[in-house]
Amino acid sequence: MKRSLRPLAATAVIFVIAYAVAVLQFPNMLSTRVLGNFLTDNAFLGIAAVGMTFVIISGGIDLSVGAVIGFTGVLIAVLTSWLGFHPLAAFAIALGVAALFGAAMGFTIHYLQVPSFIVTLAGMFLARGGASIITQDSVPIKHEFYATLGDLMIRLPGGGRLSFIGMVMIAVFLGGALLAHRTKFGSYVYALGGNSVSASLMGVPVARTTVQIYMLSSVLAALAGIVFSLYTSAGYPLAAVGVELDAISAVVIGGTLLTGGYGFVLGTFVGVMLLGLVQTYIIFDGTLSSWWTKIVIGVLLFLFIVLQRVIFAASAPAEKSPEKV
Amino acid sequence: MADSQYVLEARGVIKIFGSHMALDAVDFGLRAGEVHALLGENGAGKSTLIKILTGAYQPDGGQVLVDGQAVTLDNPLHAQTHGIGTVYQEVNLLPNRSVAENLYLGHQPTRFGLVDHRRMERDARVLLTRYGLDLDPGSELGTHSVAVQQIVAIARAVQLSGKVLILDEPTASLDRNEVERLFEVIGDLKRAGLAIIFITHFLDQVFAIADRVTVLRNGRLVDTQQLDALNRTDVVRLMLGKDIAFSGATDLEPENPTTEVLLEFTGYGRRRSVHPFNLTIHKGEVIGVAGLLGSGRTEMARIMFGADPADQGTMRVNGKAATLRSTTDAIALGFGFCPEDRKAEGILGDLSVRENIVIALQGKLGWFKALNRDEQLEIAGKFGESMDIRAASLDMPVKLLSGGNQQKVILSRWLATDPAFLILDEPTRGIDVGAHAEIVRTINRLRDDGMAMVVISSELDEVVAYSSRIVVMRDREMVAELRGKNINPGVIVQAIANNPDEATL
Repeated sequence: MKRSLRPLAATAVIFVIAYAVAVLQFPNMLSTRVLGNFLTDNAFLGIAAVGMTFVIISGGIDLSVGAVIGFTGVLIAVLTSWLGFHPLAAFAIALGVAALFGAAMGFTIHYLQVPSFIVTLAGMFLARGGASIITQDSVPIKHEFYATLGDLMIRLPGGGRLSFIGMVMIAVFLGGALLAHRTKFGSYVYALGGNSVSASLMGVPVARTTVQIYMLSSVLAALAGIVFSLYTSAGYPLAAVGVELDAISAVVIGGTLLTGGYGFVLGTFVGVMLLGLVQTYIIFDGTLSSWWTKIVIGVLLFLFIVLQRVIFAASAPAEKSPEKV
Repeated sequence: MADSQYVLEARGVIKIFGSHMALDAVDFGLRAGEVHALLGENGAGKSTLIKILTGAYQPDGGQVLVDGQAVTLDNPLHAQTHGIGTVYQEVNLLPNRSVAENLYLGHQPTRFGLVDHRRMERDARVLLTRYGLDLDPGSELGTHSVAVQQIVAIARAVQLSGKVLILDEPTASLDRNEVERLFEVIGDLKRAGLAIIFITHFLDQVFAIADRVTVLRNGRLVDTQQLDALNRTDVVRLMLGKDIAFSGATDLEPENPTTEVLLEFTGYGRRRSVHPFNLTIHKGEVIGVAGLLGSGRTEMARIMFGADPADQGTMRVNGKAATLRSTTDAIALGFGFCPEDRKAEGILGDLSVRENIVIALQGKLGWFKALNRDEQLEIAGKFGESMDIRAASLDMPVKLLSGGNQQKVILSRWLATDPAFLILDEPTRGIDVGAHAEIVRTINRLRDDGMAMVVISSELDEVVAYSSRIVVMRDREMVAELRGKNINPGVIVQAIANNPDEATL
């Protein structure tokens, strides 16, 4: 097996084992109902994590994701509830704003050579602050279009339901996988993460690709915000605080190397599902504090970082370590 | 000289950095179907010339011509469209991606807008067999040896440009078999009519593969010659530029066998860096190290200082066995090292002269014996005076000093630790005449005071002047130890150039 596939395989195995253990303890967890809810409850996280996967493969990080979700929710709520826009128009505006926002971050990262960590941290404060200036309160969204989308679902055998937003997430994952593995843009993203100097010498349009990567991440974060507003039927400036960190966790647990260059979009899907499983287990148990979710995620993350280190150190080709000539 | 005979030509190219003339009206012509070696010591202008030919730099004067037409090359990608491809010493590919993708990145075959992996890998397999590589094009590039990666890089460059191939020290990190493999590939490409520029420090390789040679020195063209008209000594002479025949014989400093042995290296070496060598160093002795750049001189110094720990052989200090796992061990044993690249590895540019001088001593003392400011000032003042460091104040940043004064600061840094053994790598490179004399004087004084030293230098006259013995490095191997009377730069050049298997080449 290619070594880059190994962390993904490990995640998949851990997911299957963890799910089996959970099912042994709570047989009810093995149902399409629970699975359907997995998808619905984690839809916004999954969509944001797809964008994050691209950013991390390219060797960067995007801390603005959670704030963009919150901002998008507030923007849509205000546009539809206060200003009477149709939700579809509001969606389009929100996605456009996010695209500009991501492009601005990408420009800054590439042309000013500022680390993505700092630029997107600034982006996070901007988006979160911007949302809070629009309103401090939760703005409910009452529109028949929302109700229509909420009713849109596929009934699964066994009483489960695949909601509209669950479908959106699956579509984003499939599209993301295609983009990453079968397009030139995807190969450029991996190239940047592998070695950006080599990439530019090999003719990769570094500037354009960098801008596109952050645009993609912000647009997907805005889509996650739309999904989140469908999920909660409201916009709240403090929504989705810390989601960027959950997304990063899902990406890393899904087998993407934090230093860039290696990773799979579908691995992130497994990562998101594993996080969802932990949450669901804790809800089923009922006696555990929800903070256990964080502890388990922390342990998992740590495990995966060590695992990747081991895999990539053990199978490195036998050549001299980099040294001065 | 007809214009049309050259595929790629530089005519009177000038490049100026600040006040420094990096290239002074250099002419260079490359024919189709030849391997043209470009030689010169560090700072000779080789890389500047290459960067101009690949479009990475723009010349400040003169022209670049492709097929007799004057062109402006904006950047390496633009040069590629003129048929000029480059492979660097550091393989500039993506180790995290497949071999096939490295060959075709940016030009992948597509179907319905999506990359056609199957076709790409099929094409890659065909292409690679032409280079004698039978490997899975879907495998990760980083899992292959450097030689294979190098060939993949060549395949990509030829595929995308196809007229001129520039190889910038492609063999620096290859072993002998790998070099031969690479040479077969280069030979095939040459027969296919490609024009190849080959840059290396290994003279054997130049004679093994090149047809013509161009030698640069101090930014000027020395000569372009047919290689079969030259022997090794001629080439070394062109590179070092000493008119050696007229330089008088100088006796080395008399050896002093009565003094005790300080250091003994036996079979000391490091894989892929320097072949095992034996060397005994007495107190009060200066060992001069001669050899061309890339001959393993610096590597030997780094191994002696523990910067790259040795992986074979033994070392004895004052008769007792010792091991160097790191530079800290070496400093504890009383070693000091002034590295070749002063700016990157020597000075701490933003720190003051005083701090730069005391830092090694402070490192030796450890955490709990901090030198206070007065002590620091006293030490720095003492050396500032005795070494004649020209600084407006001991508290000014050392990066503002001239190269010669920086070198004196680094030397003072080690002298402050009262070392028994000093390694100086090119201590006089790029510094002015006054500082130069001061440093040579200091070396002589320290030797007379009983310090043992190893001094690496390209200045052969200078090496002869202060050394008690001279060791010669070639191809990462210590090939000769010269001692006694009648050593002159000519003898050293012979030793550098001489190759035991020259007859077989």
